[in-house]
Amino acid sequence: MTSTGPLGTLTQEASISTETTVSEVAVQLEGITKRFPGVVANRDIHLTVQKGHIHAIVGENGAGKSTLMKILYGMQRPDEGEIRVNGSPVTFHTPGDAISAGIGMVHQHFMLADNLTVLENVILGSEPKKGGLGLDFAAARTKIKEISDAYGLGIEPDVLVEDIGVGARQRVEILKVLYRGARILILDEPTAVLVPHEVDELFENLHGLVREGITIIFISHHLDEVLKVADAITVIRRGTTVAEVEPKSVTARQLAELMVGSELPSPETRESTVTDVVALQVDDLTIGADGERKLLDGVTLTIHKGEVLGIAGVEGNGQAELVEAIMGIRSSTGTITLAGVEITSWTTLRRRDAGIGYIPEDRHRHGLLLEAPLWENRILGHMTEKVNVRGWWINRRGARADTERIVKDYDVRTPGIDVFASALSGGNQQKLIVGREMSGEPKLLIAAHPTRGVDVGAQAAIWDHLRTARAAGLAVLLISADLDELIGLSDWLKVIHRGEIVAEFDPAAVTPEQLGSAMTGAGEEA
Amino acid sequence: MSSSFTDRLLGRVKLTGWVSLAAPLLAILFAALVTAIVLTLTGNPVIDTFITLVDYGSQPRSLVLIINNATTYYLSAIAVAVGFRMNLFNIGVDGQYRLAGLVAAAVGGAVTLPAPFHPILIILVAMLVGAAWAGIAGVLKATRGVSEVISTIMLNTIATGIGAYLLLEHWGVQLSANDIGTKPIEPSGQVSGLALIPGTQTKVFGLIFLAVAVGIGFHVLLNKTRFGFDLRATGRSEQAAVASGVNVKRMVVYAMLISGATAGLIGMPQLLGESHTYNLNFQAGLGFTGIAIALLGRNNPIGIAFGALLWGFLDVSSNILDLHKISPEIVTIMQGVIVLSVVIAYELAHRYSVVAEQKRVSRQLAGAASTTHKEGAAA
Repeated sequence: MTSTGPLGTLTQEASISTETTVSEVAVQLEGITKRFPGVVANRDIHLTVQKGHIHAIVGENGAGKSTLMKILYGMQRPDEGEIRVNGSPVTFHTPGDAISAGIGMVHQHFMLADNLTVLENVILGSEPKKGGLGLDFAAARTKIKEISDAYGLGIEPDVLVEDIGVGARQRVEILKVLYRGARILILDEPTAVLVPHEVDELFENLHGLVREGITIIFISHHLDEVLKVADAITVIRRGTTVAEVEPKSVTARQLAELMVGSELPSPETRESTVTDVVALQVDDLTIGADGERKLLDGVTLTIHKGEVLGIAGVEGNGQAELVEAIMGIRSSTGTITLAGVEITSWTTLRRRDAGIGYIPEDRHRHGLLLEAPLWENRILGHMTEKVNVRGWWINRRGARADTERIVKDYDVRTPGIDVFASALSGGNQQKLIVGREMSGEPKLLIAAHPTRGVDVGAQAAIWDHLRTARAAGLAVLLISADLDELIGLSDWLKVIHRGEIVAEFDPAAVTPEQLGSAMTGAGEEA
Repeated sequence: MSSSFTDRLLGRVKLTGWVSLAAPLLAILFAALVTAIVLTLTGNPVIDTFITLVDYGSQPRSLVLIINNATTYYLSAIAVAVGFRMNLFNIGVDGQYRLAGLVAAAVGGAVTLPAPFHPILIILVAMLVGAAWAGIAGVLKATRGVSEVISTIMLNTIATGIGAYLLLEHWGVQLSANDIGTKPIEPSGQVSGLALIPGTQTKVFGLIFLAVAVGIGFHVLLNKTRFGFDLRATGRSEQAAVASGVNVKRMVVYAMLISGATAGLIGMPQLLGESHTYNLNFQAGLGFTGIAIALLGRNNPIGIAFGALLWGFLDVSSNILDLHKISPEIVTIMQGVIVLSVVIAYELAHRYSVVAEQKRVSRQLAGAASTTHKEGAAA
């Protein structure tokens, strides 16, 4: 073990932090701006993290939290602004630079090899050498034990990672970054994978870490957890920091309001087209076995012809699973009835054939064949439609003609239908998908984040198409993280949280507090 | 944009325009250059060696042998390509065609049927055995998630063992002092050769037409049918295929069955056209040649034809090198370098063409509609 290892510095800094005042700054971000083509992901971010604090960063999905963390961890470079670590300005080109500045990141999804031991996982990539070639396992083992004891992590170095639980794996991840000398830890949604008692254990560990002088940046959108554990909270909304608050002085409701924004868009006044004919009936839909955390827990919902049902919720609370269960992509228990016919046991293709259109959340992975021409993409998912096939044969002429129709009617900007889907902009790709899924007179349209990542022009066009189809009697299940979209389009809103429908609202009457509280699970306490 | 390297390697992404021709030509030139360096280093004359290869390779008899070799290689490469197009690595073509050839030869030798039915029966048996052997790997993957790479490699070894057992213990007859084979197929089951090339007694395999038909069938199946669409969609993006309602597990089994049935045909031109028996000289290793040629031809039926002919030319013409005291392995080096540099050349060409296409589209759009199309800040 070398004298410059983390434990060497640990004792020094721990003593310093007890002597000096708490106002020592570990990380400071000044005016950070990051643009991507067509989008400003971060705009004029200001963030000051005190040394030895657990500093929470909260915001809705898509608010810009992850871009900010990528900038701080050297995975992205800001277009403007300055990062200061321990008072001195730094420029990170790679995560390696961030690590050597003492910043470590624990990702939401663990990056561990199951078939290696804890020890092997920890030293992977920074192996202690012995005599030039050999690995010094003994030294590594000692060091891991020392770190584990110093911070109360309780890690056994010689067990296989596949044999330990989720909470312990997370502690291994934390140990891994501490082993590399990190003094500032970024934890990205650390509680997303944990069950409640593991969350409590994690929080104890975090308190142990800050007692020893480690600084923690904690990203989350579970407000109750944030209020429980954080020393300071920064709220991000629409790419910029909107507030810095102390957890003692705010309630979950106030925090939710800061996150969502104090003004919710008012739904456009329009005539209701909701009929009393049921298009989709879902009863007691559940994914996940007894005893473990259920991804979807007893979801029941009804959509009538001409009705748009919006599902609000912070991402990762079961929306994707709900969609996949209705599409028959993921197996579930419960019953699904489409226009009076039970389709629970049907295959995905049969469900599509029976009149379910599907705009998937991730158009690149689920909605398109990027390296195929547009007219082949017209066939995708509609391999039984008459325009696309004649018996066993692909109806090339029909599919091409119908692709031309979609390009014209849905204003897909493309030089032709023979270009690859990858050559179109996101908005035009999405217009093609919307046009495709509206073809063949669907009874139900499942639209998951239909305007995510598209430009404003395409967004307005897609909304118009959805409204027109609704007026013509289409039932729509709308999943979105965009409250403008949800409130502007939906006839009725349901809120999903941890796989359960926890609240429902009339979009015309809902208040931001109600929606924010329900979405973030703060409802019970506030 | 987001196609993976293997997608491009396996030709699931189309290359368009001149790059699709220029890439392999440049690769062959590069391979020739590397070969020239190797020749120089080993103290052999460069120019003379190449001239010798071309001279010998263009003699009438050589041409026939090249075509016959290429016919076999072509079938093998198509068998591999069926799997490649949907991301299945059927490494087991080798075992499939050897086992199929043995069983088909045994059945063909055991029965006598009127002329058109006898070879048809033999070919059908070969396809069935090939399909069944490949199907094992398909079913294992679909039901148990076993990697088809592992299972087909193991099935190759098992096929070798079963083949030896069946030949030596059951079906083999003494053909000559040191050769054992299945009972020779009666003339009614043979497919006679064609005297296509003047100036030689050697004949082109009659089953060259089978290879042509398989090539056409491969193209039609993949590009014109719903099944082919599902197969290609699965190969390009399994997740998109699942979301679109393709039963991916069933596609895995079907694709392996088709690949195996095609593999069963590999031994047929030789068996029915020349040897008429499955003996100890039955050519092994063609399945692996097929993998190289499928890569070379980017799983395209025309490209594979060129690849198979090139491979055949190199194989046949290398026979002359021994006479000039040059190691024929020089050609193996050349074949290896060709495959490697073709892969690299395709990758470079692909990157170029993707950027070119995106530029072209945005240029055309900017020209056509500069009115309302603007991307607003979504933040």
